[in-house]
Amino acid sequence: MAEAKTKDVLFNPVLKNNPIALQILGICSALAVTTKMETAITMAIAVILVTAVSSASISLIRNFIPSSIRIIVQMTIIASMVILVDQVLQAFMPDISRQLSVFVGLIITNCIVMGRAEGFAMKNGPKMSFLDGVGNGLGYGLILIVVALFRELFGSGKLFGVELLANVKNGGWYQPNGLMLLAPSAFFLIGLFIWGLRTMYPDQVEQEG
Amino acid sequence: MEHYLSLFVKAIFVENLALAFFLGMCTFLAVSKNVKTAVGLGAAVIVIQTITVPMNNIIFQHVLKEGSLSMLGIDFGLEYLGLICYIGTIAAMVQILEMTLDRFFPTLYNQLGIFLPLITVNCAILGGTLFMVERDYNFAESVTYGVGSGVGWAMAIVALAGIREKMKYSNVPDGLKGLGITFITVGLMALAFMSFSGIKL
Repeated sequence: MAEAKTKDVLFNPVLKNNPIALQILGICSALAVTTKMETAITMAIAVILVTAVSSASISLIRNFIPSSIRIIVQMTIIASMVILVDQVLQAFMPDISRQLSVFVGLIITNCIVMGRAEGFAMKNGPKMSFLDGVGNGLGYGLILIVVALFRELFGSGKLFGVELLANVKNGGWYQPNGLMLLAPSAFFLIGLFIWGLRTMYPDQVEQEG
Repeated sequence: MEHYLSLFVKAIFVENLALAFFLGMCTFLAVSKNVKTAVGLGAAVIVIQTITVPMNNIIFQHVLKEGSLSMLGIDFGLEYLGLICYIGTIAAMVQILEMTLDRFFPTLYNQLGIFLPLITVNCAILGGTLFMVERDYNFAESVTYGVGSGVGWAMAIVALAGIREKMKYSNVPDGLKGLGITFITVGLMALAFMSFSGIKL
């Protein structure tokens, strides 16, 4: 029983209760960093770390936080985590850090982190909150990576910067689809992704439309 | 003067926070079901953006930036404290605005009421500040950018709400209903807004 629950907490948010597709959380940054696999994966890892650690630490002190100032306390913990991640990225991966520009900072206002802190960590123990954080981070990361996969493959014919579809410019056959690298394609891809997910789990369909 | 005008227009159209940088998407999609609430939220965002971007600009230029505290004998930058300061400022400003409105403009407060706390976690607000920092705007530029980006965001959400109201009349496939079709609509809007992107001001 206890084991099954742990598994649910960890894996439910990945497909069945995906934070992006179902809860409309954390979309902002999801779209902007997905032109390349490299940045998408870095971002996914950063979000998993921040969500998991901040959920766990908020859960540890949940009984000492007066509810009137809980938002500020949560914000401060999350912001400290994000600063940590940002500094590490700047120190060890300056190129990626530059590409992600403001979006690392925007993890603070990523609703997933706040939402999990408020909705789960305030009510559950640190271990569960940590797993819940990892699970939701994974769900977020999954969409990020799927979208990035399509965008990089069709937008520039590459994956992780390695050319897979030979580009016309280099004498190959593939004419890159520039639209894929621009903003609108990310919206279309997520829309289609949601469509697919809801066809798989028909109970997620919104009836009122 | 022309410089500020072009910055303003650029912030509204070319670099629209919602449609070109995907900022504030969560609220953008969640609160765009009808035009009236969208207008309320849009107005709140304009006000907050106009106040917080210049405020954070003062903090950045005079406290955090390298060399700005040299008269106190601190000759290194405090930029790494930036995020925590900006989000603190935003949360505080939202709180102050909420209290001021509650005290002096109760009707307006009742209209905006539920949206104000939401704005603290709206990425568009923090995003505007972070872009301001990244581009190193001076004070006047930051005021212009704050107003412009707020107006752009408000315009985008009102437009989307208008489209979604009309969507009632169309027959959308089951799996796409609600969120799915909204994403695709926003995609089409972003496509339209891209026609501004070639404009050099």
